[in-house]
Amino acid sequence: MNWYSGLNLIAQGLRGHRGWEPAWRSATPKPRYDVIIVGGGGHGLATAYYLARNHGVTNVAVIEKGWIGGGNSGRNTTVIRSNYYYRESADLYEFSLKLYERLARELNYNIMFSQRGMIVTAHSRHDMELSARWAGAMRRNGVDTDMLDVSEIADRVPALNVSPRARFPVVGGFVQKRAGTARHDAVVWGYARAASALGVDIVEGCEVKGFVRSPSGSVVGIETSMGRIVADKVGMAVAGHSSVLAGMAGFRLPVTSYALQAFVSEPLKPALDTVVLSLATGMYISQSDKGGLVIGGGLDRYSSYAQRGNAPVIRDVVGSVAEQFPPFRRVRLLRHWAGIVDVVPDSSPVIGETPVPGLYLNCGWGTGGFKAIPVGGWTLAHHIATGTPHPVARPFQLERFKTGALIDEAAASGIAH
Amino acid sequence: MLLITCPWCGPRDEIEFRWGGESHIRRPTLQSSPQDEEWADYLFYRKNPKGLHRERWVHEAGCGQWFNIARDTVSHEIVEVYRMGEAHGQAERGKRP
Ligand SMILES: Cc1cc2nc3c(=O)[nH]c(=O)nc-3n(C[C@H](O)[C@H](O)[C@H](O)COP(=O)(O)OP(=O)(O)OC[C@H]3O[C@@H](n4cnc5c(N)ncnc54)[C@H](O)[C@@H]3O)c2cc1C
Ligand SMILES: [Zn+2]
Repeated sequence: MNWYSGLNLIAQGLRGHRGWEPAWRSATPKPRYDVIIVGGGGHGLATAYYLARNHGVTNVAVIEKGWIGGGNSGRNTTVIRSNYYYRESADLYEFSLKLYERLARELNYNIMFSQRGMIVTAHSRHDMELSARWAGAMRRNGVDTDMLDVSEIADRVPALNVSPRARFPVVGGFVQKRAGTARHDAVVWGYARAASALGVDIVEGCEVKGFVRSPSGSVVGIETSMGRIVADKVGMAVAGHSSVLAGMAGFRLPVTSYALQAFVSEPLKPALDTVVLSLATGMYISQSDKGGLVIGGGLDRYSSYAQRGNAPVIRDVVGSVAEQFPPFRRVRLLRHWAGIVDVVPDSSPVIGETPVPGLYLNCGWGTGGFKAIPVGGWTLAHHIATGTPHPVARPFQLERFKTGALIDEAAASGIAH
Repeated sequence: MLLITCPWCGPRDEIEFRWGGESHIRRPTLQSSPQDEEWADYLFYRKNPKGLHRERWVHEAGCGQWFNIARDTVSHEIVEVYRMGEAHGQAERGKRP
């Protein structure tokens, strides 16, 4: 593996850039692995990486039916934050944010994590009460946040219409300064490269079609479009396809798959240097380093595996941008797309065991699992390697739907990310 | 964009309707003294199929009635519409009844 550094860039430049190697080895599957991870999104790749790096388990394959990052990990709006409500969530997402803060260095890959802050705007007295409650909970959980008044928001986000005569007047809000955005592809590629360097096989274009079961019923391998591969343990991180994979193993999940859309505009000169989320419309917006406005909103309103967007949501989201950011009204959209997200009733993830021995699960991130890629990988790797849940993932077991110990983050994760 | 045929009002734009999730879910009867597992299954666990899905919709901005639809979750094609309590047909993915 080439080490990425300024010095190496110059050295390679002098040799006409002919010495660069592919960032990861593309592998054909071996007949047997210690651990197989199904799904080459951020969570699957991070799980493989931490299995190798934290637990020394290197005989690992990541099996991806398309190309790595072709799912939600390459389709999201890249917001990273830890402004959740409950302590369990704060611990989980804060763990992730802290890993993100040193991830570029650890992976030797520039993931372009920019802690530009995220402002949540309130538009009514009720929004304001909700914001104060939310910010108060965050502080109590040890996550830094500040309440903002209108003039502070107007200073920070000049393009936002805060006027009392606006359709959605802004009355205040709160900010998490350490929140921000990163380059999603870089997170995927960075984990793939680092995992591959530790010996993990990354197999693309290989679809999992079933599970191999032992006489006692435990999962001991997978059936794929490239044949049977056996393994001691199998983990799955397939987001919107979690129910489909669970179906192959003979159980159901508390998951519903929906399309979630995102939009990007033509590139503009710098006009917005933070992430803004409106509590009134659920629309959120940031500006990428290339200059495009990156825009998201709510879910499409019925279950779907179609991976394409629906007109009513496009109208709502684009209408919100035009209404709340008057200078952006005439900006043209360049692209829009959808990913299939895995929504659970309490909007919190599932990381741990399934009803089938030998099969482990990472799912339920719904609209907000990009920020959690490091912690999702770290904790699933821990569970697979040690057989016990990682302390921060303990509350997030599938069991909770039976015991009733839900962690209902609908208010903090239902619309935004 | 869906064009949904409400059994009472006829074809209308999808924005008049609200999706209500999987149909034909049976609530555990108290006589059977259901265990936590049954409650969890009833409350939270869903088929979430990639393909034909029998689901409830309500014509919220119209007559206010709930009814059932069989819809393909990949193509979004609606293959069957039937009223609450009505037996459903043999609709399968890609085939019209
Ligand atoms: C439009 C949009 C905006 C979002 N915005 C944000 C945001 O701002 N911040 C945030 O934190 N989160 C956001 N999210 C959510 C986030 O993208 C996801 O939660 C996260 O990327 C999930 O990662 P994953 O690795 O679990 O899944 P994915 O990246 O979807 O990877 C799953 C992989 O499994 C593969 N797979 C499926 N079935 C099989 C099979 N049978 N065999 C082999 N492989 C299979 C798929 O091809 C896919 O590559 C957003 C999502 C969307 C769609
Ligand atoms: Zn009607």
